[in-house]
Amino acid sequence: MLFAGDSGDGMQLTGTQFTLATAHAMNDLATLPDFPAEIRAPVGTTYGVSGFQLHFGSVDIRTPGDEVDLLVAMNPAALVVNLDRVKPGGTVLVNSNSFEKKDLSLANLDSNPLEDGSLDKYRVIQVELTRLTRETLKDTDLNQKQIDRSKNMFALGLALWLYSRPIEPAQRWLESKFGRKPEIRDANLELLKKGYHFGETTEQFVTRYEVTPATLPPGRYRAVQGVQALAMGIVAAANKSGLPITYGSYPITPASDLLHALSRYKNHGIMTIQAEDEIAAVGMAIGASFGGALGITGTSGPGVALKGEAMGLAHITELPLVIVNVQRGGPSTGLPTKTEQSDLMQALFGRNGDAPMPVIAASTPGDCFEVAYEACRIAVKYMTPVMLLSDGYLANGSEPWLIPDPDDLNDFEVSFATEMNAEVDGEKVFHGYIRDESTLARPWAKPGTPGLEHRIGGLEKADGTGNVSYDAANHEKMTRLRAEKVERVQQDMEPLQVFGDKDADLLIIGWGSTRGAIEAGVTRALNAGHKAAAVHLRWVHPLPPDLGEVLSQYSTFLVPELNNGQLVRILRDRFLLPFEAMNKIQGRPFGPSEIAKKIAEMVG
Amino acid sequence: MSDNDSNKPKGRKPTLPPGMGKPAGKKPTLPPGSGSAKKPTLPPGMGKPAGRKPSMPPGAGKPAMPPGMPSGDGASGLTRADFSSDQDVRWCPGCGDYAILATVQRLMPELGVPRENVVFISGIGCSSRFPYYMNTYGMHSIHGRAPTIATGLKTSRPDLDVWMITGDGDSLSIGGNHIIHIMRRNVDLQIIMFNNQIYGLTKGQYSPTSEVGKVTKSTPFGSIDHPFNPIALVLGADSAFAARTMDRDPKHMKDILQQAHDFKGTGFVEVYQNCNIFNDGAFFDFTEKATKSDRAVFFEHGKPLVYAGGNKGLRLEGFHLESIDLEAGNWGVDDCLVYDETSRELATILARVYWRDDLPQPFGVFYREDRPSYDAQVNEQVQSVIEKRGKGSLADLLAEGDTWVVE
Repeated sequence: MLFAGDSGDGMQLTGTQFTLATAHAMNDLATLPDFPAEIRAPVGTTYGVSGFQLHFGSVDIRTPGDEVDLLVAMNPAALVVNLDRVKPGGTVLVNSNSFEKKDLSLANLDSNPLEDGSLDKYRVIQVELTRLTRETLKDTDLNQKQIDRSKNMFALGLALWLYSRPIEPAQRWLESKFGRKPEIRDANLELLKKGYHFGETTEQFVTRYEVTPATLPPGRYRAVQGVQALAMGIVAAANKSGLPITYGSYPITPASDLLHALSRYKNHGIMTIQAEDEIAAVGMAIGASFGGALGITGTSGPGVALKGEAMGLAHITELPLVIVNVQRGGPSTGLPTKTEQSDLMQALFGRNGDAPMPVIAASTPGDCFEVAYEACRIAVKYMTPVMLLSDGYLANGSEPWLIPDPDDLNDFEVSFATEMNAEVDGEKVFHGYIRDESTLARPWAKPGTPGLEHRIGGLEKADGTGNVSYDAANHEKMTRLRAEKVERVQQDMEPLQVFGDKDADLLIIGWGSTRGAIEAGVTRALNAGHKAAAVHLRWVHPLPPDLGEVLSQYSTFLVPELNNGQLVRILRDRFLLPFEAMNKIQGRPFGPSEIAKKIAEMVG
Repeated sequence: MSDNDSNKPKGRKPTLPPGMGKPAGKKPTLPPGSGSAKKPTLPPGMGKPAGRKPSMPPGAGKPAMPPGMPSGDGASGLTRADFSSDQDVRWCPGCGDYAILATVQRLMPELGVPRENVVFISGIGCSSRFPYYMNTYGMHSIHGRAPTIATGLKTSRPDLDVWMITGDGDSLSIGGNHIIHIMRRNVDLQIIMFNNQIYGLTKGQYSPTSEVGKVTKSTPFGSIDHPFNPIALVLGADSAFAARTMDRDPKHMKDILQQAHDFKGTGFVEVYQNCNIFNDGAFFDFTEKATKSDRAVFFEHGKPLVYAGGNKGLRLEGFHLESIDLEAGNWGVDDCLVYDETSRELATILARVYWRDDLPQPFGVFYREDRPSYDAQVNEQVQSVIEKRGKGSLADLLAEGDTWVVE
């Protein structure tokens, strides 16, 4: 189902509350909020439409679904923007009070869709949301604007009844949110109840959806948003490593919420600094790492572009650093609130010179937790910057999440250098670039440690001593050493899991947030008799050591990506196999039916 | 009158080809053992073997002495040599940077800070090669960004003694944004800005402090940009400590750097530094013996502004300063402005006495304000959150909000 209205209509709120109620009914769920970049676009315009799409059911849900069964549209613009998402025969519930001439013209409509037959393929339910809301609250002291603004509560109550959701969670939330404003609280509670009863009493709603609880593995669950999971993964890293963490960041959509979340965790060992710009943000993180903390910075594509030079500095000084990129539509300012995964090449190559870094990508909102933890752990273990790729879809989306036991996380060991590690002319000295045999990481000697005084910097340095060196052979040696160190991260990778039919000829290779759509698409295809398998990459650089072997078992390959072809080029270069690209660059995730359709085409 | 009516320093010597002619007066101080003649330039990578031992075995240093101990080498048991790294110093012979390096190396032992707690962070430029010559922790970072790295370091490690080395180009051009923010934040560290009014490392382009009309490699017909006045700029960015000194007066420089170090907050020091290769003599008017007395005023808080060997003074007339003759009989020392470094207004007026034909160039601490430092406040806030809420529990955080159990 999809709730859509003006971005001031509280659609996100309505959706979030519905999500909560659904989770309580123990259905599996996945959400996709879809909101415009303008903070409050002009009321009634198509570019001001904000939507919240929710897919729930008693089978394992992987994606917000491509088509919806029910669209709740608060005005004509919301209807126009979202109608194509409604399945033929689906239900459209509209606020009939906002289909006046003025509303229609704001949505660029010449005629009223409620009357002109354009909604014939759908079941249309008209509800006078505005009038009913005003009726309900006419004896309160609220003004017209306040009253109209709360009509989303009526819509919420109605939707809750329609799908047999409990009303209590929303009631509890209203009581706590508006505890200090009894007038507003009572008005909203009243509306919520009225909407719920409206569903019961009117004859418009013949079928009442009863959705039975999904079968999730047993345990304690919570709904988690991607950004929240990222933040918790970072806290887990601080907790398990004992390292102080400094998070330097500059607000940017859709990564600002990570800064907001971390800024509240001062008692968890996280220090946040809102820097003056993107470059300062990463500079501060690097400075903190130099001092023996773990420096982390978070941003989106345009911010990563700005941080390029500093990331190169972190690469050559071999300091631990995590850069979180919550990707959005590009290029340039692009589509700030739409999702995309077009920053992969930037992550792999966006520095001057040969400056590789490990790149890890989250695949679901809950997965963000472990990916953040691992990114931190690898950055410290290998003394390297690590790029963590998420995207707007994951960041803002949520799913039920089995709450992890911190003891189940990988050990996070940290060791600082305290002793001299070399000898010159019979005297013990400290050389900053004598490497660990297994990881090739250099020693982490933090300021304040007596006797280990040394200087690092952006100039090329001699193997071992770390002194500035322009020597020709040394530069080549160091370039290769740094690259090899990054390759060694393969030691820390889990074996790849193949989903679907391992005997199929076709293998789909995905990365990032496409996992849900791919697996749901493969499931649909298998059900329709088309054989396919899928493997999902968490580490995109270095590529997993067993990927070659997995690929060797298939003959046809598909790489679906929300970009113009990035991973597919990396794979082609590395494996010289006929990888076929499937590119969608629309600011929206893949739908399972698109994947299923492509599989059918390829497999015949 | 604006301070840039005459941007060209007067009385400058003509630019001689590099290596010719020596400025009158004191030679710049070369590191010990470097001899009098120019050293041949060695190919990169050659020179003293790397890893020559530090002067003291680890753990043998004396415990830290309280800061501000009276001067005298070895107050902390360390000497200048302990702070000198084993790397060959590669600045051009005759460069003003040698004097700054020597002064800093002499100052370090007197500060009583354990050597392992001292960190030098630099950007890019001739100035920024500095950390390699100090036997302390250091980072040679990227152009203009040293303030960001220094802020991250000091805020997460407030126990360290952080020095930031930069130049006029590094801090006022590419680093402009970061320099104003570190000023307003007032991070507790020292900034030494080597101002040579030129881009030396990249071989002679004009800089944001270069005078209008300067003919350089990138401005063969003369530069057009109106230059910055660094002290006025940092004061505008709400710097809590701003001072100016010169490479050619190591005694004054050492005293100013000590004051910047003692100051709790961002101790900003502009050092006039002679680039004898690309901008020789830029500041000779103020620094050389023949003209220094008349063209520079060394001022101090609480003392009258007097120069020219006591024969001239500066008097405040309305909102600007004028030079008065203390000999002729009309004026006396009591008519001179007694400087008050706690007055932002006075600091602004004095900072705007800038390349004036009729007034001397001021050198000293323009402004000092007691203001909490950013690093102290950030850490205090963290502490207070911990006190109020207790140390965070990971398990609680993970299970926050509405949870439910699936059987």
